[in-house]
Amino acid sequence: MSRVVSLISGIIFGVGLTVSQMIDPAKVLGFLNIFGAWDPSLAFVMIGALIISSPFFHLFKNNNKPVFADSFSYSNNKELNKKLIIGSSLFGAGWGLAGLCPGPAIASLALLNPSSLIFVITMFVGFYISNYLP
Amino acid sequence: MNIVNFTPVSALIGGLIIGLAVVLFFVLNGRSIGISGIASNFLTSKNNRMDNLLFLIGLIIGPIVYKLITQDEINISISNSLLLLAIAGLLVGVGTRIGGGCTSGHGISGIGRFSLRSIVATVTFMIVGILTVLIKNII
Repeated sequence: MSRVVSLISGIIFGVGLTVSQMIDPAKVLGFLNIFGAWDPSLAFVMIGALIISSPFFHLFKNNNKPVFADSFSYSNNKELNKKLIIGSSLFGAGWGLAGLCPGPAIASLALLNPSSLIFVITMFVGFYISNYLP
Repeated sequence: MNIVNFTPVSALIGGLIIGLAVVLFFVLNGRSIGISGIASNFLTSKNNRMDNLLFLIGLIIGPIVYKLITQDEINISISNSLLLLAIAGLLVGVGTRIGGGCTSGHGISGIGRFSLRSIVATVTFMIVGILTVLIKNII
């Protein structure tokens, strides 16, 4: 059953990215263009997602068991270190260059756009390379 | 600063839908959604590989489902400089792994748990993203 949930969660997430237009790099770049012609929409997407999800993260944290798994698994990493800042900065630079982050990039493969395919391929190369970094 | 193309209603509704996906994946499968984590784990780890693959396939089916339901065309405008896209993809791939998350993993799941680490990450990639766009506009 967890596999059905994974597929359905992915579909719903992809629908959400499309409804919110975050699948369009121009909307994302509009949000990052805060000193120019600014489009605040992305902030509203995050607020919407957090309003729904945050209460559940706190309600279900320790006591209960997920329906189709033995336990909750999420990062307990609390470290604030150089890696966090360097990695997030590299990500921010790539995000600002193309207006694409992993979710919208993969979802936009549905539109058969060769540009998103190039981005997704080199993103996966990046995932692979990072395994060999210290 | 002047505000353009602002679509608060569709952004909020889309965000609520994304939040629903995050809740389902968490309450039913016990995992918090981070797309960079799901995609890179699919590539490099045997754990939950089929779940991760199905999630990614669902992510691609999502826009098609939207199109079937609404009959709307989905228009995106994306850079056609292949070199820029290739460099950006590489930076996003490496950066999200070193930093442990992306817009969804840190920005939604992490902040939703009130993780200071995720708040720091999100502020960092937003500031660098804003500066990158600023520099691009000047050049």
